[in-house]
Amino acid sequence: MSPDRTPAHATPAHAPAPPGSAGSAPAGGGSRPGRGQDVIHNIGYRGYEGPRLGRSYARRALFSQTLRGAYGLGRSAKSKVLPMLLFAAVSVPAAIVVAVSVVAKSDDLPVGYSEYVLMMQPLIGIYLAAAAPQAFSLDLRFKTTPLYFSRPMERGDYVVAKFAALSAALFVFTAAPVLIMYAGALLAKLGFAEQSGAAAQGLVFCALFALLHAAIAAWIAALTPRRGFGIAAIIVAVTVPFFLITALQGIAWTSDSKEAVGWLGVASPGTLLDGIQSTFLGGSSQFPGGQDLTGAQGAVYLVVLAALLVCFYALLQRRYRKAGL
Amino acid sequence: MTLVQCPYGPLRPEAYGPTHLRSTGGGRETDTASDADATSRSYRRRVTVIAIESLSKRYPRVTALDRLTVGVEPGVTGLVGANGAGKSTLIKILLGLAPATQGTASVLGMDVATQGGAIRERVGYMPEHDCLPPDVSATEFVVHMARMSGLPTTAARERTADTLRHVGLYEERYRPMGGYSTGMKQRVKLAQALVHDPRLVLLDEPTNGLDPVGRDEMLGLIRRVHTDFGISVLVTSHLLGELERTSDHIVVIDGGKLLRSSSTADFTQRTAVLAVEVTDTDAHPDGTAALREALRQAGCAPHEPGPAGALAPGAGHLVTLDLADESVYDTVRDTAAHLGLGLVRMEQRRHQISEVFTERSAGDVA
Repeated sequence: MSPDRTPAHATPAHAPAPPGSAGSAPAGGGSRPGRGQDVIHNIGYRGYEGPRLGRSYARRALFSQTLRGAYGLGRSAKSKVLPMLLFAAVSVPAAIVVAVSVVAKSDDLPVGYSEYVLMMQPLIGIYLAAAAPQAFSLDLRFKTTPLYFSRPMERGDYVVAKFAALSAALFVFTAAPVLIMYAGALLAKLGFAEQSGAAAQGLVFCALFALLHAAIAAWIAALTPRRGFGIAAIIVAVTVPFFLITALQGIAWTSDSKEAVGWLGVASPGTLLDGIQSTFLGGSSQFPGGQDLTGAQGAVYLVVLAALLVCFYALLQRRYRKAGL
Repeated sequence: MTLVQCPYGPLRPEAYGPTHLRSTGGGRETDTASDADATSRSYRRRVTVIAIESLSKRYPRVTALDRLTVGVEPGVTGLVGANGAGKSTLIKILLGLAPATQGTASVLGMDVATQGGAIRERVGYMPEHDCLPPDVSATEFVVHMARMSGLPTTAARERTADTLRHVGLYEERYRPMGGYSTGMKQRVKLAQALVHDPRLVLLDEPTNGLDPVGRDEMLGLIRRVHTDFGISVLVTSHLLGELERTSDHIVVIDGGKLLRSSSTADFTQRTAVLAVEVTDTDAHPDGTAALREALRQAGCAPHEPGPAGALAPGAGHLVTLDLADESVYDTVRDTAAHLGLGLVRMEQRRHQISEVFTERSAGDVA
């Protein structure tokens, strides 16, 4: 508010007025400076007669704002650094993979689409741990949620928009390398039909991966207004069960109880998705010994995936049920 | 035969501006009188912005609101109550965010129980607490909030620029809000409540944490929200003095019950009070008591020195009496002269709203 901050072309009609009395000369009133000067006329208050687009529009606007925010767009330059670095880190190896296969003129990609996503799990976990608290914890920490709920949108609208945005951000993050590999595969003139089918299955896998991880991370992030806690808790939730289960599977494999490998895999999000992609989406299993699932195990995997999605989404909605002003 | 579409005669846009015309559209009539020659002023009086009918809100252990019945008309209305008096609960119910245990309430003619979404579209809310993310600029934040209210993006940008200018934020609006002073943050909070051009804004303790100058500016701004923007205001505070200056009408609640609802003028000017200070003389060692006694005999009914008066410094040496008409001045002068007392001062005082509370506590004691 200091005078040196006011624009050079502002006249006394505007500049020195204390904010409380800025409108003391409403439309047409007050003394007018002579013509030809650069002036900002105080045109008084104007109402808004245009359309009010309601809840579904607000949902979409919140969705796009959160999605952009997950990549630091519309935020400070500092907050763009980490998402963009991670995005590059997850995409560049895909480009290298296809470059190698083009140069080596191999007749197949060295890594499958969904396997690539599974291999990138640590990076995806870091991105998720940064994006989910950004989407959920900050509104709680800075108490911005009352401003949403004092507007037409309902609590459920807020949750669905935020969750969809986080899922979409994660889908973009995982689907980008898949699309890069697919483009490379076409450039290398690998079989079009075969690659298209595999890439489509890869994208379905990305969607499942994004939904499940977003649901878990969103719920954790919504529990704490502290971003640091959220980041740590999400990294723990994504990595610890995965490594624990993988270790147990390794023990089961070496002690020759091969069917137990499949049953154990249902207990962590990462191995659950691994089993689903190897059984239903044409990928190859990352389980010890490349163990495939039996028919019964496959069905259980699908049921557990659906149950986890519903369960975490319901928990997330419940978290906001009592959120008020 | 002339077709009269509006039973209240032609509305006068030049007098009340477009916002008022719109605010009358959705408003509920408090009575059904339809005298065609009603002036616009009396027409406005009949429009009720908020109507609350025996509203109760009970939590398992606390009764936040207890059969509250009150109406709020266009203008600036102050809602006064101590902390925990039920102000925030009332705002929650008015926004349709919490169901009332009992009773009904309507805002802009819409029922809070069934039309919460429609109400929130046309009502602005400024919370008491901080609600601004520090890493975005005021412009981005207010644009986002305008879109959350349903404004298309281009309209949201225009309204944001306008509104931030009106609340007095100029160049700072492009800086992240983390570096703002409390006064600037309060302005942004007010701007986000006004950006969608509501018909009514609910301001929860808008002067909290401001220094005296900032408070004066904020109060002036609130006044302008009604006079210049034509938006009705319900403003809560636990400081009575500042609402006295801003509001047209004051509603006092305490313990969830309505203590009083009347215009600010009624509160402060209905009965002016005359305070008289006299000297002591040898004949009358306690001049104040002597004057009080003499005035009583003259039929003026001076106030007894009560516990409320004793709180003010120097009040023990003042005689206060209701200023019924001009002749009271003469009576006081003559009485003092007759007793041979020196008249130090005679001053007219306004009632303070705080007396509402002291009157009541005196009544509780009795």
